[in-house]
Amino acid sequence: MPYAVPQDRAGGDLSNVDQDWPAVMARVRDERDRAAFGTLFGHFAPRVKYFLMRSGASASVAEDCAQDVMATVWTKAVQYDGTRASVATWIFTIARNRRIDVLRRERRPEPEDLDWMGDDDPDQADVYLAAEQARILTRALADLPEKQRALIQRAYYGDLSHSEIAAETGLPLGTIKSRIRLALDRLRAKLSETAK
Amino acid sequence: MIRHHLNDALLMGYAAGTLPEAFSLVAATHVSLCDDCRARLGAFEVLGGAVLDEGSVAVTAGAEACLTRQVNDISAPARSGILPGPLADYVGGGLEAVKWRPLGSGVRQAILPTSRSASARLLYIPAGVAVPDHGHRGVELTLVLQGAFRDATDRFGPGDVEIADQAMEHVPTAEAGLDCVCLAATDAPLRFKDLVPRLLQPLFRI
Repeated sequence: MPYAVPQDRAGGDLSNVDQDWPAVMARVRDERDRAAFGTLFGHFAPRVKYFLMRSGASASVAEDCAQDVMATVWTKAVQYDGTRASVATWIFTIARNRRIDVLRRERRPEPEDLDWMGDDDPDQADVYLAAEQARILTRALADLPEKQRALIQRAYYGDLSHSEIAAETGLPLGTIKSRIRLALDRLRAKLSETAK
Repeated sequence: MIRHHLNDALLMGYAAGTLPEAFSLVAATHVSLCDDCRARLGAFEVLGGAVLDEGSVAVTAGAEACLTRQVNDISAPARSGILPGPLADYVGGGLEAVKWRPLGSGVRQAILPTSRSASARLLYIPAGVAVPDHGHRGVELTLVLQGAFRDATDRFGPGDVEIADQAMEHVPTAEAGLDCVCLAATDAPLRFKDLVPRLLQPLFRI
């Protein structure tokens, strides 16, 4: 770990799961509400910065990238679809891509997009389920034994190669998979709807 | 019907954004063809969102600066013929835009521009032709785009991805019928058992 960064869990403020982020994000997307964006920024920018520093970025690079990520959230808010992903998941994917771009200086090949059903009329039940799934998984991660949680973190911070992930017997993939079962079933159902 | 999928380690690595670029290209291409892996990828991205909650560090700038900041465009790539979007993006068009180089026996390959941590290439194998027995120092991913090939382990058709590790020595052979087009990525150079490897040779034994 090249830079000293805080090791404690996000404390003091609300967690990713204790706020109605889909509603906040909807105000940003649909009403271009700057105060709502300020709320998002106050919560997620420090987390994105932490994520990037743990991934090997210096404080100044991480600060700059976190600004980029949050600027993307503001500018591309219209691309946010609450029926597909929670706000934390969506911001994670933006931060991940920015990290590849800036820290690794590589391209990120992205899959083709799908024509999802109901894009014009988001189903609030789907929005709720996506957020609920993120809640369940965030709690599951927090409840894991320290060693296992650290392994998951290392995989996402880029400290484990795919071969190491494949070989790592301590990774609680069973636990995670049982917790993501719901998300998986929901996504599969939605995708098969889309395919019709 | 896709029968051979990405494994959890590759999907997690792709979701985390830590795979070599060439492997990410295989993952993005497979996910473009496979809704099951798209769903599993989505679940690993949810886990990424949870990891984002693991810590925070104070930022110095405020939210206002973001409102006017220029950002890069994010656009999903579009399919071109048999090439799924992400692959068409790297080729710069459909199959007709591929700059093939002959390898003998009618076999052709085209190296795709990725970072050097792993390499990606398109392979064109005429129906009935085999790749000689080769092992791997690293991991080799082979994704079928057209036609099919068989080796000692199974048959691989369109959309299937074979994950070969260093323990595996195999003789992939293109099936009769359609010529086989594959995307292959490896994080180590291939090694052939023959001292003077003829890269690919016809076996005519189908």
